[in-house]
Amino acid sequence: MSVVQQAIVHWAPVQRILGLLLMMFSFNMLPPAAVGLIYGDGGVGAFLTGFAIVFALGGTVWFPVRMRRRELKIRDGFAVVVMFWVVLGLFGAVPLYLSDRPYLSITDAVFESVSGLTTTGATILVGIDTLPHSILWYRQQLHLLGGMGIIVLAVAILPLLGVGGMQLYRAETPGPMKDAKLAPRITETAKTLWFIYMGLVVICTAAYWFAGMNFFDALSHATSTIATGGFSTHDQSMGYFDSKLIESIAVVFMILGSLNFALHFFAFRGGGFKPYWNDPETRLFFFAISAVTVVCTVYLFIAGNYAGLTDSFMASVFQVISIGTTTGFTTAEYTLWPSFLPMLLLLGSFVGGCAGGTTGGMKVMRFVLIFKQGSREIMQLLHPSAELPVKIGYKRVPERVIKAVWGFFAVYILIFVAMLLILMGTGLGEVTAWSAVAACLNNLGPGLGEVASNMATINDPAKWVLIVAMFLGRLEIFPLLVLLSPAFWRR
Amino acid sequence: MKIIILGAGQVGATLADNLAGEANDVTVVDTDNALLTELADRLDIRIIQGYASYPYVLRQAGANDADMIIAVTESDEINMVACQIAYTLFHTPTKIARVRAAGYLHESDLFNQEALPVDMLISPEQLVTDYIRRLIQYPGALQVVDFADGRVRLVAVKAYYGGPLVGQELREINEHIPGVETRVAAIFRRGKPIIPEGATVIEAEDEVFFLAAKPDIKKVISEMRKSDKPVKRVMIAGGGNIGLRLAKALEDYTQVKVIERNRERARHLAEELDKTVVLVGDAASENLLLEENIESVDVFCAITNDDEANILSAMLAKQLGASKALALINRLAYVDLVEGSSVDIAISPQQSTVSALLAHVRRGDVVRVHNLRRGAAEAIEAVAHGDPQSSKVVGKAIEDIDLPKGATIGAIVRGEQVLMAHHDTVIEPEDHVILFMVNKKLTPEVEKLFQVGVTFL
Repeated sequence: MSVVQQAIVHWAPVQRILGLLLMMFSFNMLPPAAVGLIYGDGGVGAFLTGFAIVFALGGTVWFPVRMRRRELKIRDGFAVVVMFWVVLGLFGAVPLYLSDRPYLSITDAVFESVSGLTTTGATILVGIDTLPHSILWYRQQLHLLGGMGIIVLAVAILPLLGVGGMQLYRAETPGPMKDAKLAPRITETAKTLWFIYMGLVVICTAAYWFAGMNFFDALSHATSTIATGGFSTHDQSMGYFDSKLIESIAVVFMILGSLNFALHFFAFRGGGFKPYWNDPETRLFFFAISAVTVVCTVYLFIAGNYAGLTDSFMASVFQVISIGTTTGFTTAEYTLWPSFLPMLLLLGSFVGGCAGGTTGGMKVMRFVLIFKQGSREIMQLLHPSAELPVKIGYKRVPERVIKAVWGFFAVYILIFVAMLLILMGTGLGEVTAWSAVAACLNNLGPGLGEVASNMATINDPAKWVLIVAMFLGRLEIFPLLVLLSPAFWRR
Repeated sequence: MKIIILGAGQVGATLADNLAGEANDVTVVDTDNALLTELADRLDIRIIQGYASYPYVLRQAGANDADMIIAVTESDEINMVACQIAYTLFHTPTKIARVRAAGYLHESDLFNQEALPVDMLISPEQLVTDYIRRLIQYPGALQVVDFADGRVRLVAVKAYYGGPLVGQELREINEHIPGVETRVAAIFRRGKPIIPEGATVIEAEDEVFFLAAKPDIKKVISEMRKSDKPVKRVMIAGGGNIGLRLAKALEDYTQVKVIERNRERARHLAEELDKTVVLVGDAASENLLLEENIESVDVFCAITNDDEANILSAMLAKQLGASKALALINRLAYVDLVEGSSVDIAISPQQSTVSALLAHVRRGDVVRVHNLRRGAAEAIEAVAHGDPQSSKVVGKAIEDIDLPKGATIGAIVRGEQVLMAHHDTVIEPEDHVILFMVNKKLTPEVEKLFQVGVTFL
């Protein structure tokens, strides 16, 4: 066989699945078109064209290789997942680019689409309140798809992925340990996850609606709350509603979205609060957000930003959880706080939520492991011949996982620094560059300085760097780096 | 079906592979995490690390709503205790355990609901011994499997030049051996299946699968190849459990020699066996084999628990003049590598164990399943229930049954009677129908045919 033939044999199954997934994704353009029809806002055309383009593209990719079935290997899993996210991020921009309101450049359309899909929630749009409903809903729907993961959705509804589904699932789900399955079969696991996810969205919608939002706002904000995305249908984000009740609801559901969904499953199956309480990661997560909230409240009270302790507390708790879970809803004043606090919160977003949730960041689990590994080093120095396993919930964590966590940590920081330098090289100020990279890499959304409420004003090259950062953050870096490594292509 | 497999060893892994492929919810429990993760990488299953008989481990594995528990860990005791616990705590409907030690197996009163609630016992050693014994009984056969308690057997033979039927059309088989009812279920020519019809010509080197009643099998085999002499001398390399059982089963009517490396074990064997000659030494030693007249041995069975040693000693024996060499091979990859060339027949213990288990898992009323050609093809025995209204098979002539392409009905067992399938044979209620599938992917479709419609309930 010639080299070309070999390449065709090898890549055809990957291409086949990619085509199928694209065709599936094209249907994603239809609900916004329906929304456009209902509200009569003129956004329908862009979405129908977008549907036609993506569907045709998927068909073209799929058709020549439709018969090439083969079990996916680990290597193929990486290729499918990364290519799928990148291609979707790019083609998700089609309707945004085509529509005349907002009128966006390619860079801006891609940025917005990727930001939606990776549940970052950073936006380049200004005057969101005046945009057509179809566009607004489309942005929220990108959150909805990206939150639990499009691959997980595909595994749930496309049985044809077969065993290869597991490879895909693992390349996409966040967290250091990915072997926990809720059901013996991967499609069942994926279905269960999506069921819980959609259930939370429904409950959250009802709560917002009850608290006074109109239905469209309620549904839109519910998706970005559970997906911990951060897109809003208003320029002022959550501040627009100016309601303590809505903020409290948001706090509860942002936390639910950032917990491990497996725990929701066990709680739902009759475990009550026990599964949460028994999980060391969840406990540390709650401890961390409580501690940061207390610091914030006291600091704000002393600094005199708010009149009373209650007001300081309400503002703190909302903002701490919004940033800590990498959602990125804001209530206006947060950037005016004493500069210690925004810095603290941004650093907190590096931790993010729990593994198996919808948040960005490095995940609490990794910090649990890093912390335990650190304490083990101390113990080992004191007792050189002791056998000291790192344990999570009475179970030994394989050394391989601990090493991987350190590797991840190092690469994460390295990439952060590299991107920070590139961004400053394009002419951004330190605070803006620093917070923009943090906001995108952690899938958070809002930054500080120039990018505090939106990213409209920064230059195009910087936006492309941030697009890469968002992908890296959502896919937890390694799948993307694997694809960029020469070893991957050498076979 | 929700199935828990205890033990991720060779049998456990092969079972998980087979069952997960058939859309069951499979959970595998083992203490060895490395074995489990390796398995989960390959298969769509859930894995639980833990001690297989501990109740909390079983609960974690979903024993509360499991339909079946299959205990195939290394230890007989764990297997039996796990079944007991599944019965007492979780009321699991079907409990299957692998029990090796003859000490347990001989006590027929032990395994019942009051004592040890095990619904089915599997003894791989026994299965393999029976399998080899059947092969020795029919020299020339590659594989012999039983249906309807041995009344019908499916036999695979390789056709050779000189066989009276080779080069002839299949329909002539009746003229060649009048009075013998047989049916060719499939022919594999250079690895590719051919669905046999009356005009199909048998070629040399074809692998022919045929069904026949037990007494007729020898006559049919002799049509496919020049008659093989009955086996007189057998040499067994490896005096483990299988070696001992096999020698015991064969020593009354053949001359058996067993080669065992360990002197202690050899002494034990010699005490257990009466007529068998037990030799202490290395089965791969040329001198020993020559000294023991390997050139006049009819069948050489290499059945130690080391695949590589089995293959090499079988090859050596064959080269030194043994007429036929069998090797016990656990690794499926090796089976494809050596069978038919360097070694005459490769015996895979997992395949026979898995075949025995699969019958329990299958839907419809499938009472017997046999993996053929290393799991690629399959033969099943299904019971036709119901009446012409509720069943898709009862009351129909075979030619009217909507079988998928590649599946053939070979024979029907009606009470004590064995009927070879003809296109106009009508299936009656409670018939045992024996079907052959050239590809086991067809099996689910066939099973569906044998499921009774809701009206029957």
